[in-house]
Amino acid sequence: MSLRIALAGNPNSGKTTLFNILTGSRAHVGNWPGVTVDRREGTYKSKKGEANIIDLPGIYSLSPYTPEEVVARNYIIDEKPDMVINIVDATNLERNLYLTTQLLELDCPLIVALNMTDLLEKEKNSIDASLLEKRLGVPVFSISALRGTGVKEMMEGIMKLAGQNRQGNTVLKDGPLADAFLAALKIVEEKKLSNPVFHAVKLLENDSLTLEAAGLTEESHEVATVQKLVAKANELGDGEAAVADERYKSIAKKFVPALKKSSQAGLNTSDKVDKVLTNRILGLPIFLGLMWLVFHLTFGEFLFGIEPIPTPGTLLVMGIEWLFDWVNEGALWLMDVMGAAEGSLTYGLIIDGVFAGVGAVLGFLPLVVILFFFLSLLEETGYMARVAFIMDRMLRRFGLSGKAFVPMLMGFGCSVPAIMGVRTLENDRDRKLTMMLIPWMSCGAKFPIYGVFAAALFEENADLMTFGLYLIGIVTAVLAGVILKKTVFKGDAAPFIMEMPAYHRPRAKGLFLQVWDKAKGYLVRAGTVILASTIVIWFLANFSFSLRMVEANSAESILGVLGNGIRFFFIPLGFASGPDGWKAVVAILTGLVAKEMVVSTMGVLYNPGIQGDALEDEGAQAALIASISASFTPVAALAFMAFNLLSVPCMAAVGALRSEMRSRKWFWFTILLWIAAAWIVSFAINIIGTGLNSIFHWF
Amino acid sequence: MQLTLKDLLPGEKGRVISIGSAGPVRRRLVDMGITPGTVILLRKLAPLGDPMEVNLRGYELSLRKNEAEQVIIEKIEG
Repeated sequence: MSLRIALAGNPNSGKTTLFNILTGSRAHVGNWPGVTVDRREGTYKSKKGEANIIDLPGIYSLSPYTPEEVVARNYIIDEKPDMVINIVDATNLERNLYLTTQLLELDCPLIVALNMTDLLEKEKNSIDASLLEKRLGVPVFSISALRGTGVKEMMEGIMKLAGQNRQGNTVLKDGPLADAFLAALKIVEEKKLSNPVFHAVKLLENDSLTLEAAGLTEESHEVATVQKLVAKANELGDGEAAVADERYKSIAKKFVPALKKSSQAGLNTSDKVDKVLTNRILGLPIFLGLMWLVFHLTFGEFLFGIEPIPTPGTLLVMGIEWLFDWVNEGALWLMDVMGAAEGSLTYGLIIDGVFAGVGAVLGFLPLVVILFFFLSLLEETGYMARVAFIMDRMLRRFGLSGKAFVPMLMGFGCSVPAIMGVRTLENDRDRKLTMMLIPWMSCGAKFPIYGVFAAALFEENADLMTFGLYLIGIVTAVLAGVILKKTVFKGDAAPFIMEMPAYHRPRAKGLFLQVWDKAKGYLVRAGTVILASTIVIWFLANFSFSLRMVEANSAESILGVLGNGIRFFFIPLGFASGPDGWKAVVAILTGLVAKEMVVSTMGVLYNPGIQGDALEDEGAQAALIASISASFTPVAALAFMAFNLLSVPCMAAVGALRSEMRSRKWFWFTILLWIAAAWIVSFAINIIGTGLNSIFHWF
Repeated sequence: MQLTLKDLLPGEKGRVISIGSAGPVRRRLVDMGITPGTVILLRKLAPLGDPMEVNLRGYELSLRKNEAEQVIIEKIEG
């Protein structure tokens, strides 16, 4: 069996970089059981042997309060890895060693990887690794994960050391808490808990998980005795604060002397960069400019509007389209060989079902890739922490964290990469809420709907109408955010106490690996949902209940029958009554697959005789516009557009949601929320609009 | 009235005396190194006035004003 090596360390300590170096691209991302925390695992290979590397979540402490911390400590206690590598950022020694003093308490082989030693040298400082090694009592290796130096030597050392037993040790036994610790140790040993030193210290902290494991409560007589000893030894009185205080005191006394500072240097480069980027006056404009740039390069058509130079986003989309056309040609040729004519079952299933599905999956890939390139860039350079810093005040009123700004903004381009982008938020609650609100940032695919309706009914106020719809989306998101914060997500707001990492130059390899990871995740997890749903919808649209092939989306198709059947649900919204009402309902149903299909479907349903797709063909579009102005009132049209804007955005977004939400309950809650919000807002528009119109006779 | 971290102006320094009441927020504050005796420099406020960025133990930390309010300090010169 190969060795199991766990990586533990603070966020921003270079843990992910080291993981990438050790495992290359042989990593897979899963989920820790029961919580939405990434579990990354990969294989390290060398001539000396193989090892399984587990990347524990980045943490500052082993408290029982955050899922990340609980996952990390349970892994080390329950799964007993052969070795724990504690990555320590050498440029931030004091705070990083705080976690080290806790890992030392576990009965698990441990080494310290002193990372970023190259940066430390650049600042003309150094660390006496042998002194640190002597005082910590575990091996210390100096490495630079970014440059890859020292990593091989460290792994060779680990191969020799792994599998040996190690007893936990604590810095507290040399300080004023020694008496309390020894008393706690006695209790823990009586209870026969594994990792006695670790649990004894946790008992000093009144740690809920340790109390539970020992079958004790805060009121237990034994615990009270220990707490009295703590109160006597440390002026802070209660265990949790006293233990943290003593840890930092012993770090300052025992370990910080290993750090040799050349001089009190002035501002380093990172500080100088930060002075500009988070400047009181310049900070916001720079931030908005950068956001515009990211949005433009991802969703824009021509680079800075200069024809015909495409943006990276357009370039990738063109590449994928070219590739897909090529494959499609092959499929059409195959149809020809098989003798399957257009309109036949085989042709329909392969071309309109499977290939349309694959096309839909691939169509979003460029956006996912580009956006993740930028998100990784923002993350790697350290700017993302500043985004949170700059935007926190504005967004937290709606129950969102500052970082949520980036995925929300991207939602105006496309919900799919935007939903995948919530992974950059640390807090589970923030991630859920942000995903729920993203589709209400009106995406590019909804624009054609506004286009035809504006031409049909709001010709003089087209811009005002479009602006109004965008505003309806944003206002709905704001209101829903406030309401959800006070109801569903009540009470679990995370404190905003966040490290501001130093700025780093990004590395191409790290960026590439992160983008690759994300693209793979999208294709596997979201792709399957998109593909399956496209095939299902193709079937519903092209078959009658007697399983006979019929005209797509027609009244006899399953979809058409369903549209008629659920019409009552839409009647109060004002656009589903009358002989043509079912057509609007079917258009909404196909819109659940992709919003581009709303206009196409309406074209087919309202003007069955006219050739051409109403989305692209001018003649078909003109006919549709005429039909719409005949069968919709302005109020009904607004309600219809609002419903399309706010309800389930598309199957690709649903696939992304399923893969990111990772909880059946929350996934369905979100789907219902979208439908409910769409219904309520459309209903309100219909009632208020009709009411006002009967008074003022606008239309 | 007691002085808290929230009352500092950018560029001013304070020494921590004590930290609010027990719970996840205080645990997080002490885990991040805000313990009695620690010297904290208020670097700056965010463009919208909140949160704030402080420097302690050789690194930069950001926290909101309502969390900073839990940290009782005494002002020090220099």
